[in-house]
This record gives sequence, C-alpha cells and structure tokens, in this order.
Amino acid sequence: MPQEISYFPGCTLETTAQENNRSMLVYLHKLGYRLAELPDWNCCGTSSAHSLNAGLAFDLACRNLSLAPKGVPLLAACPNCLLRLSEARLKLAQSPEKRARYEELFQKPFDPDLRIIHVFDLIDRASEEEIAAIVQKPLSNLRFAAYYGCMLNRPVSLARTRKYHGFLERVLEKHGAAPVPWSDGSLCCGTFLTVARPEVVTPMVDHIFTSAAKAGAQCIVTACAMCHMNLEVRVTVKNKIPVLHFSELLAIAAGSAGADRWFSRHLIDPRPLFRSLNLL
Amino acid sequence: MPTAEKGSDLIFLPRENKGFAREVARRSGNPFSVCYTCLTCTCACPFVHAMDHPPVSILRMTLLGREAEVLNSNTIWLCVGCNSCAEACPQGVDTPAVMDALRQMALERGIAVPEPQVLAFHREVLSSIESYGRTHKLAVMAGYKIKTRDFFTDADVGLKMFLKGKLDLLPSKVEDVESIRRIFRKHGMDK
Repeated sequence: MPQEISYFPGCTLETTAQENNRSMLVYLHKLGYRLAELPDWNCCGTSSAHSLNAGLAFDLACRNLSLAPKGVPLLAACPNCLLRLSEARLKLAQSPEKRARYEELFQKPFDPDLRIIHVFDLIDRASEEEIAAIVQKPLSNLRFAAYYGCMLNRPVSLARTRKYHGFLERVLEKHGAAPVPWSDGSLCCGTFLTVARPEVVTPMVDHIFTSAAKAGAQCIVTACAMCHMNLEVRVTVKNKIPVLHFSELLAIAAGSAGADRWFSRHLIDPRPLFRSLNLL
Repeated sequence: MPTAEKGSDLIFLPRENKGFAREVARRSGNPFSVCYTCLTCTCACPFVHAMDHPPVSILRMTLLGREAEVLNSNTIWLCVGCNSCAEACPQGVDTPAVMDALRQMALERGIAVPEPQVLAFHREVLSSIESYGRTHKLAVMAGYKIKTRDFFTDADVGLKMFLKGKLDLLPSKVEDVESIRRIFRKHGMDK
C-alpha cells in the first residue's frame, strides 16, 4: 500500500523547473509514495513578501497550512518554500494571538500536529535494501559536486531543525555516483539579485563552476530549483559543466526513461556527458 | 548638537533616537543588542563586497540610533536572507530578520530606495501573487522590464529560457484568487 503524502510543489517546480518536479515524482513513486497535491495551494510568499511586508508573508504561508489535510505530513520540495511554511507553523505554535487571528481569517482551527517535511526527509527513510532494490542503472563513473546553496543555513528561530549536510553525497553514492570533495557547496547562488544586480551574481556563479570543475566534477548537482536556474543563467566561464537537479539523477538511476525530456529543458545540455557514460 | 573636529575619532550620537533600536528589535523579534561585533556575520556574507555598510555596521549603527544612515543604506536591499550570517552568529543574532524590519521601516517612512531595481523586482513578484495566487515568471519579468525601462539586459537569457520551455505563457493559478486578494487588502498591499 503506497503511503499518502500531501504535496506542496511551489511555483518554481510547478513551472520553470518542471523537470525537477517530474523526475522527483517518478522517483518517490518508485520508493512507494503517493503524493496528493495540496488543493489550491498558493505561493509561499517567497523572498519578496517577507522583504516588503511581514504580515503579508505570514498570511500567505498560513493559507497553505490551512489547506493541509489532517493526519498526513505536508511535503515541500523547494528549500525556500520549506522555510516559509515552517516559520509560519512555528509562529502559530508559539503565539495564541497569531492562532486566534489565523482561525478568524481561515475559519479553521490550527492543526498543532501538522508536520512539514522536505523531500530529503522522505528519501532518507529508505533503507539501503530499498534503494538497492530500485536502482536499475547505477550512475557509474559520474563524478559530481553537491551544491546546496543556502539550504544548509537556518534562521535563528529554526536553528534546531534538521539540516542536510552530506545528504546529496550520501544518497547519490548509493545510486552509484561519486561525489568530489570541494568547499563551495553552500555558497549562496545569488537568488533574486540575479534579476536586479546580475553583475553581483555572475562572479559568484562563475566561481562555483570553476571550483567544481577544479575539484574534478563532471557536473554540479543542485538541491534547489532556484539555484539550478541561477547557475545555468549566470555562468560565463568557458568550461560550463552541466547542472542537474538531484531528482533527475535519482530517477535515471531508478530506471526512468524520462531523462531526454527533462534534459531538453536545460540551458547547458547534459546529454553529451550522459551519452559518453552510457547513462542515456 | 556638537560636531566632531576634523580628524577626530569622536562621533556624537543623537540622544533623541533610542526608540529606533527598540522598534527594530520588536519588529524583528530578535534581541540583537547581544551582538559583540565579532564580525562573523560580515565574514559569512556573500554580498558584503556590494554593500555600502557591512552587516555588522548595520547592527551597530542601529543600536546607536543612527537611523538615517541605516535606512538609506543599500545593505538592507542587497541582503537576500540566505541566512549565512544567522547560521554562523555565536550570539544567535538574526541579522536577516533585522534587515527585513529595517527595509519595511524604510518603505513606511518613504525613504528613497537606493536599489530601485530590487524594489521593482519584489513589487512585480507580489503583483503576480496578487493576480494569480502564484508567481508567473514571464509576467514578473515583463513587468520588471517595463518598470525599470531596461529592455536589453538579459533579453538573450529570456529568449533562451523561453525556447527551452522554461517561461510558460500562461500562469499557473489559484482557483480561489479572492482569498489571496483579501490577504493583500488586509495588509494594505493591494494594487
């Protein structure tokens, strides 16, 4: 019996990073999860809402919490959405006044038992045997640099929540790929400054590519779809190694045939690399 | 108020402005006066080179009541909230939360924003959320280009993304958009 999980895709995975979304759904399905999309979910508020108006940011995140069905965890795939939803949940749990206002606005009691989890938490539950059972095409000879961006950081209020250092290295190694050691996996990708101040972001992105290639990586693996976009869009160095969503690699290893469709959406085409390794 | 002599290291602080630091502490929900200026935040900040004041100075100037310098600083607009500083701070200072509070105070006080492009981008994102309940990247970028009257930067990037199917023509929408607009109206952020 597949376990049911309520799923919050977020705007980026829903649109720009569909390849991230689809490959992730394929892989989680193989792990035995059935995801039911949160009905009528809205944008978590992203960086812009909390930048300009704290109350607006809080209520936008809260609307999603109010839609979450009882008794099943709410899964987020985007690290930024995860933070926004988790922060709102924490504020509600800590403040009776905020709960009262929430209940008035959404006409529903706050569910103190709602758990918000990241897709890494779900993948982490799988045992060695379960993973071995779904790996059909090990990612042999693929050397990758694991890139988390700001995902490993927490605001002070969530300092004691779980972080994911080493997760990508560990889990992709179980799927046959080889992580390279490097020190730039948690540098920020520049996020929205990529639009407003590209000249600030480009050198940061170029540094990430140069550093990954120097460490011997054939590709960079991202945990966040926003990082993926910034890396692909802003890189100007000559040696542009492909950037992959972590989920694409997992789904390929698990035997999914969708890689060609996902890769056709990349600005830096990963297909030559994957063909050369007989992975496509 | 006396002024410091030229070449002197003395600074004179406005006495009447003790409420500024208190307001920032209240709005950020963070007692940032525990900062002992070790500079860990500043060493961790990926954007410090583009800021007119490093994060540690923003904290210190806020505590000293130097409101005008702080609220006019481009630092509060270049902070993206990556939490590199918060993660590293030995005192548990939530600098990104302080930056959020300062940015919102600068807006409320009608201060001319030194990074108008950053503000234009945020406004376009919020406008998209108000219209559709979700962010529609094509609308955000088109609106941003019109507001900033900059049609040429990144036109190639936009085209490449469009050709790769990464910029959907039609937005993904919330059905009950009225519930989203109600939230915007409640906070006086409606168009």
